[in-house]
Amino acid sequence: NRNERRRIGRGKLRLQKWYVALSDTQKKKISREVIQMVLARKPKMCSFLEWRDLKIVYKRYASLYFCCAVEDQENELITLEIIHRYVELLDKYFGSVCELDIIFNFEKAYYILDEFILGGEAQETSKKIVLKAIEQADMLQEEAEAPRSVLEEIGLT
Amino acid sequence: MPAVSKGDGMRGLAVFISDIRNCKSKEAEIKRINKELANIRSKFKGDKALDGYSKKKYVCKLLFIFLLGHDIDFGHMEAVNLLSSNKYTEKQIGYLFISVLVNSNSDLIRLINNAIKNDLSSRNPTYMNLALHCIANVGSREMAEAFASEVPRILVAGDTMDSVKQSAALCLLRLNRTSPDLVPMGEWTSRVVHLLNDQHLGVVTAATSLISTLAQKNPDDFKTSVSLAVARLSRIVTSASTDLQDYTYYFVAAPWLSVKLLRLLQCYPPPEEGAIRGRLTECLETILNKAQEPPKSKKVQHSNAKNAVLFEAISLIIHHDSEPTLLVRACNQLGQFLQHRETNLRYLALESMCTLASSEFSHEAVKTHIETVINSLKTERDVSVRQRAVDLLYAMCDRSNAKQIVTEMLSYLETADYSIREEIVLKVAILAEKYAVDYTWYVDTILNLIRIAGDYVSEEVWYRVIQIVINRDDVQGYAAKTVFEALQAPACHENLVKVGGYILGEFGNLIAGDPRSSPLVQFHLLHSKFHLCSVPTRALLLSAYVKFINLFPEVKGTIQEVLRSDSQLRNADVELQQRAVEYLRLSCIATTDILATVLEEMPPFPERESSILAKLKKKKGSGTVSDIEDSRKERNVNANANVTSSPSSDLLGLGNSSAVNSASPPTSSHAASLLVDVFSESLPVAALGSASAHVIEENFSRFVCKNNGVLFESQLLQIGLKSEFRQNLGRMYIFYGNKTSTQFLNFSSSVVCPEPLTADPVLDGGAQLQQILNIECISDFVEAPVLNIQFRYGGSTQNISVRLPVTLNKFFQPTEMTSQDFFQRWKQLSPPQQEVQKIFKAKHSMDTEITKAKIIGFGTALLDGVDPNPSNFVGAGVIHTKTIQVGCLLRLEPNTQAQVSTAALGLDDLHFSESLASLFHTHL
Repeated sequence: NRNERRRIGRGKLRLQKWYVALSDTQKKKISREVIQMVLARKPKMCSFLEWRDLKIVYKRYASLYFCCAVEDQENELITLEIIHRYVELLDKYFGSVCELDIIFNFEKAYYILDEFILGGEAQETSKKIVLKAIEQADMLQEEAEAPRSVLEEIGLT
Repeated sequence: MPAVSKGDGMRGLAVFISDIRNCKSKEAEIKRINKELANIRSKFKGDKALDGYSKKKYVCKLLFIFLLGHDIDFGHMEAVNLLSSNKYTEKQIGYLFISVLVNSNSDLIRLINNAIKNDLSSRNPTYMNLALHCIANVGSREMAEAFASEVPRILVAGDTMDSVKQSAALCLLRLNRTSPDLVPMGEWTSRVVHLLNDQHLGVVTAATSLISTLAQKNPDDFKTSVSLAVARLSRIVTSASTDLQDYTYYFVAAPWLSVKLLRLLQCYPPPEEGAIRGRLTECLETILNKAQEPPKSKKVQHSNAKNAVLFEAISLIIHHDSEPTLLVRACNQLGQFLQHRETNLRYLALESMCTLASSEFSHEAVKTHIETVINSLKTERDVSVRQRAVDLLYAMCDRSNAKQIVTEMLSYLETADYSIREEIVLKVAILAEKYAVDYTWYVDTILNLIRIAGDYVSEEVWYRVIQIVINRDDVQGYAAKTVFEALQAPACHENLVKVGGYILGEFGNLIAGDPRSSPLVQFHLLHSKFHLCSVPTRALLLSAYVKFINLFPEVKGTIQEVLRSDSQLRNADVELQQRAVEYLRLSCIATTDILATVLEEMPPFPERESSILAKLKKKKGSGTVSDIEDSRKERNVNANANVTSSPSSDLLGLGNSSAVNSASPPTSSHAASLLVDVFSESLPVAALGSASAHVIEENFSRFVCKNNGVLFESQLLQIGLKSEFRQNLGRMYIFYGNKTSTQFLNFSSSVVCPEPLTADPVLDGGAQLQQILNIECISDFVEAPVLNIQFRYGGSTQNISVRLPVTLNKFFQPTEMTSQDFFQRWKQLSPPQQEVQKIFKAKHSMDTEITKAKIIGFGTALLDGVDPNPSNFVGAGVIHTKTIQVGCLLRLEPNTQAQVSTAALGLDDLHFSESLASLFHTHL
C-alpha cells in the first residue's frame, strides 16, 4: 500500500523507494510536487496531507524530511511510527545517524529498508531481528573482502 | 568523507561522492559526472576483464549518479553479471541496481529471472531473501509469470526459515497486486491462513498483510481467518507489555500487527458465531478502555502507537455499524481528541467522526460536538485541519442544526483559504437547499454566497437557485425583492447580475407595484450593470429586457431604444447582435398575445438530482473532497462507478418507470387515485407478472431499522443505498458500482411498485452512476417496491431484481408522550382490530441498548419512564401517508429468561396494524 517512501534533505532527494511501477518522468514529477508541498508546511501543522487520491505522511528529523505516500484508508499514525522505526534502525546501525551517513552509505540505507519493509508493508517490526539480519550480511561482506591495491586505497580508481 | 564506513569501504565510491558534494556549481557537477561516466564506460568496454570488486564499485557509482537524477543507459549487463557472483556483496549490489533501475529489456529479464531462480533454489536463506526482495521490488509481469507458483511453495513449505517466509509472503502480496490473474489460488490458501497461528510474530505480521489483500478479493476463500485473527488480537490486547519482548513498541504491544489484524477484520461483516463475536467485542472494549488509562510514557511514539490501534479499532466499529454502545463510546473518545493539543489527533478525530456521523446509531452523539467543531473552524491554524472541520460539519448537518451550520460556514467562507472555497460554496449550497424549511432562507443564503465568494460560485449553484425559485411560487416575490435590493450595491458580482437578471425578467412584476421598484427603476438598475459584464451575462440581460417588454408594456419604448442602439445592433459579438436584432423585431411586429405566449414565464423544471451535488461528487472523484457519502463502506461503489451507458440506453428509465405490479393486491380503497407520477402523460402502464423474476431480498431486512448500506453485491455489481424519509416523503439514493474492469452496456433500471407508493427514478446521464428515487407513501402497504436492473456484460444480458427497503415504518415520525397520555390512549384502543399482539422468540440478543436502538431505528420515539415496569420498552409515533396520518403505540415486553418477547401494537387504523406488526416482529 505504501506507494513510495523517500527522504528529502533541503529540497534534495536522498533516497527514494517506489512500490508501484511508474515511469521515470512520472516519478520525477511526483517527487517535485511532494517535496514542494512538504517543504511549504510550517511546524505544528499536522503531519498528514491529502495529495491526489493518496495521503502523504511526513515527519521531520533535523534537516531531513521522511515522507510516505499511502492509500487513503491506511492508518496515518502507524505510518508515522513506521518512519520513526526506520529512523531508529538507521540510528542504531550507523550510531547516531546524520544526513552524510545516508549519502555515503545509500546502499546500506536501502538494505535496511528492504529488511524492514517489503512491497510497501512492514515485514519485520522487531528492531533486534532487523539489525541482526543486517549485521549477518555485513559479516558475509567482511569475510569476502580481500586487500586492495594501494591505488584503490587512496581512492584514485 | 563518510562519517562512518561499515562493512566494505568502497573508497573509490566515497571519493567520487565527496567530489560531487564539493562541486560549487551545477555545471561543475555535471562535468564531474560526465567524466566519471566516460571512465566507467571505457572500463566496461575495455579488453581487460574486470574483477567482481571493480564491477561492483562501478555499478554502485552508476546507481549513485542515477539517484542524483541523471539518466543511465548502460551498465545493466554488468549488474546482471553481479547477480550470479558467489560473493554476497557483489550479488547484493547487483540486486539493488536491478531493483532501482528496472528495465523491461526482455533479454535481460530472462537473465535476471535465471539468476533469481538459482538463488531461490540455493537453500541459502540470505540469497533467497535477496531474490525474493528483488521480485517484490520489481514486481513486473514477467517476474509474476516466472515465479507466481514458486513463491507460494516457499511460503508454506515446512522447512522454510522464518525470515524467508516473511519475504515470501510480502513478495506474493506484491505479485498479487500487480498481476492477480497470474497468482493461482488453491491448495495453499488454508495453509497461509494458518500462518496467523505462527509462533513468530514477524511471520504473523507479514502473513496478515498478505491475507488482508487476498481476502478483499476473495472473501469466501479466507473466511476462516476471522476467528484466527480475533484470537490473535485478543492475545495481543490482553498481554502485558513485556510479554511480546521486542514486538512491544514504546509500551504498546505489537501495534503494527494489531492494526493489520483490525484491517483484516474489516474485510468481513461482524462474526456470526456468538463466541467469536463476544471475544472481538471484548477486544474492542479493551482497546477503548486503554485509551482512557494514563499514558505509560510521555513519548509521542507511545501515544501514536496506542492511538493508531485505537483509530483502527474505531474504523472496525464503524465498519460493523452494529453495536450502538461501541459506536457511542467511539464517538465520545473522538470527542476528547477534538481538543487535544496534538494537531495530528485533532485532524484524525475530525476525519473519523465524519464517518461516524453517517451511522444512525452515532449521528446524534456526533452532533453534540458541534460547538467544538465550529470552534476549530475558527481557531485551527492548519488549513488541512480546517478542511476536516468543514467536512464534519457537512456530515453532521441535519434539519435541526442546518441554520447554525450554514451560518458558520458562510462566516468562515469570508476568510477561508482560496484552495477550499469552491468546495465550501458547493457544500453550503447543498445544505441550504436540502434542509431549507422556508425558501426565503435558502434564497438569502445563496445570495450571501455570491456576495462573499462570487468568484467561487460555479454555474451549477446559480442555475440551481433559479430552478428552485421557478419551481416554488411561494418564494418568487421574495426572491425578486431580495435580488433587487442586492443589486443596489455599487459593486456587485457578475453572478449576482445573472441571478438578478433572470429572476427580475421572470418575476419583476411581483414587486413592480412598489414605486421604489417600478418597472423603469428595475430596468435602469439592470442596465447600469450591463457594460461591466461579460458577453454571456449581457446575452442573458438582453433576454431579461425582452421579457420586460412582455411584463411591462410601459417600458417597451425605453427598451426598444436600447436594443436599437449601435452598440447592440452592430455589436461585434454575433450572439449579442443576433439577440438584439431578433428581440427588437419580435417586440415590433408581434401582437400582445403572441408576445405573451413567446415570453411566457418559464415552466417548472422537472425535479432531479441537484446539479450541485453531482458537481461535488465529481470533485470528490479527483480525490480532493471527502463527503458524507464517502464512508469507507461505500468506497468500492464510488471508486469504480464508471458504468458508462450507450446513448440509446434507457438511462432515465422513464418508459417503464412506474409499471404496476399487478400481482400485489390492492390494500386499500384509494387505489385508483394513488399512482401519481410527474411523467404520467406518457406512461405505458405495463403489467409485470409476479412470477417474472426471482427477487433478491437477502439484505432487505437489514434496512428495516437503518437507512444506509450495501443492498446487493455480486461479482459484477454492487448496489449501495442511502435514503432519507420525512413524513410521507422519501428520497433514496442508489449507487451502482461496477466491480469489473469492463464496461456495462445498455445499463437500465426500473422500479416496480405496488400501488400505494410512487417512485419516479430520475438518473442524470453521463458517468455518474447514482440514481435518485423520490418516494411518496400514499397509503398502507405490505409489498415493498422492486428494483429491476438490466445491463449487458461480456455479451450476455444480466437481469437483477432487488427488493428496495421501503417499508411502512420509514414513514414514522416519532412522538413524545407522557405516561398518562400513553395509557389513556392505549385503553381507548379496541382489540382485536386496533391492537395486535404477538409473542415471538428473540432472534438477536436481548441487550437493552440494542433493543432501544432498534426501536428508535424502527422510527418511533422511545419513551423512557412511561411503563411502570422498567424492563419494558414503550414507543410512539405517527405514520404519515399522503391521505391520512395514523398514530401508533408500541409496547415490547421482553422476557429474558425465556428469550421471548411480547410485542403489542396499538393503532388508530386497523389496516395498518397487520402490516406493521409483521414488520416489527420479523425484524426485532
